[in-house]
Amino acid sequence: MYAQMVKSTGKGVTPREEMSDEERAFQDRVDADIKIEPRDWMPEGYRKTLIRQIGQHAHSEIVGQLPEGNWITRAPTLERKMILLAKVQDEAGHGLYLYAAAETLGITRDDMTEQLLSGKMKYSSIFNYPTLTWADMGAVGWLVDGAAIMNQVPLQRTSYGPYSRAMIRICKEESFHQRQGYDIMMKMAQGSEAQKRMAQDALNRFWYPSLMMFGPSDAESVHSAQSMAWKIKMNTNDELRQKFVDQTVPQAEFLGLTVPDENLKWNEDRGHYDFSQPDWDEFFNVLKGNGPCNAERLSARQKAWDEGQWVRDGLLAHARKSAARKVAAE
Amino acid sequence: MADIDQTALLQFLLRMGDNTLILGHRVSEWCGKAPVLEEDIALANTALDLIGQTQLWLGYAAEVQGEGKSADDLAFLRDAWDFRNVLLVELPNGDFGQTLMRQFFFDAWSSILMPRLANSADPRIAEIAEKATKEVAYHVERSADTVVGLGDGTEESHTRMQAALDYLYPYVGEFFLSDEGDAALAAAGIAPDPASLRSEYDTFVERVMARATLTLPEDRFAHSGGRNGRMHTEHLGHILTQMQWLQRAYPGNTW
Repeated sequence: MYAQMVKSTGKGVTPREEMSDEERAFQDRVDADIKIEPRDWMPEGYRKTLIRQIGQHAHSEIVGQLPEGNWITRAPTLERKMILLAKVQDEAGHGLYLYAAAETLGITRDDMTEQLLSGKMKYSSIFNYPTLTWADMGAVGWLVDGAAIMNQVPLQRTSYGPYSRAMIRICKEESFHQRQGYDIMMKMAQGSEAQKRMAQDALNRFWYPSLMMFGPSDAESVHSAQSMAWKIKMNTNDELRQKFVDQTVPQAEFLGLTVPDENLKWNEDRGHYDFSQPDWDEFFNVLKGNGPCNAERLSARQKAWDEGQWVRDGLLAHARKSAARKVAAE
Repeated sequence: MADIDQTALLQFLLRMGDNTLILGHRVSEWCGKAPVLEEDIALANTALDLIGQTQLWLGYAAEVQGEGKSADDLAFLRDAWDFRNVLLVELPNGDFGQTLMRQFFFDAWSSILMPRLANSADPRIAEIAEKATKEVAYHVERSADTVVGLGDGTEESHTRMQAALDYLYPYVGEFFLSDEGDAALAAAGIAPDPASLRSEYDTFVERVMARATLTLPEDRFAHSGGRNGRMHTEHLGHILTQMQWLQRAYPGNTW
């Protein structure tokens, strides 16, 4: 998943005795792992939080096409070009399922797009980092998709039916992407000196931004507590980040690459790696719009939207004319 | 097969593979920038099919050439004068309308050619064409529908599509220019004579343009020089600069 710092009601979890009958019945269903479907009653806060979360994820898939699209025309072999094209196509498809899931909550895709472009809705901070060498295509697949999968796998069990079903489809494709990314890293890490250098440089640049993908520690967050009670967030950010580090470090070792963290060390007592936190000031700056590529990413989306207006209008006008002609003929 | 046939065959395979390679490159430039999400998906899918076809055509070309090269060598290590694609596919994307008009002109040609190649006397060509026929049938349906939708849409979309048509039409004729090699392949039942596809192509294109309320130019002037390598457009060099950069900058590396 690519959702960070999704705000919930801001009030913390409502105690059971303060819930209305409807809220209690709703919470009982969630607790019993019965899926909530679009026509079911749901608390307004649940609906709004889900729109923010699913919308942020959908936007991330769409904006996420750009850093990878940056290398399609320069992919070094026909096969790599095809794999990358297929991946970017999958991401657009993920955006489509997710927008469709969000639309079941009473918002249109166009509304969400407008909110992305106005800055009201966010996308993942990770896509505001540049892709500078071919090894970045490997690092994005390995680390970025790897981090996304950490979050998405548990979300297959999320309480909202359409979201859960979208996540099941997405997970299948994401794990394929991660393997492809790792395969690129493997080729680079075993390749020429220049390729090894590109691979290490990509890991250096993407390591901390990947850790940021999980968001800051939310152990104390009222937003997260409510989202977890509603089962639209299944684990804390710290749990997922730890799991990601534990999984990724041995993979880096296998590649012969060095994780850029002097404090990285296996902790026998905890049974986990100890590691350094990313620079959270940098993270908040990226969220505020000060990342290396924020302005470019948003202006690329804005340009696509503005320059596509005549196309959308044209196709709509044609569809209306065709429908009118059909009625006239009947 | 005789020597002359091998030369003609190689030329033919390069023409097929270079068309799909260069057009696939152009289409892939749209990644993440389409007017609507469904079009992003469709454009990526089209590019993917075209690059997939390229692998097959250039893979066979490399075998026929017999110099121990691969499809990648042909794609990434030849200079512009060795490319044999028609000029149409090199032309810039322009707006979405121009991209889809170019796609339609290509798909229409490809959709007429592929089923015939599927009956080629050369079983390898027949096999590639058999696979491509299915993809191309989908491509042409989509690009024709989009040309019709935008031609018969708003005043602005109509004007833009007519401008795209006027700009691109002089590049259509090159598909149908035949040379001695084409004649040799036609005689051997390997590929149809390009000129023989023209009337079916015209009928089809005229029908789609009528539905799109667009007007085909009277003038049949045809730019040429791509499929025989005599004179490409200035655009091809820039495409290759980008496409071949990694292979050229780091020769001999595996990726």
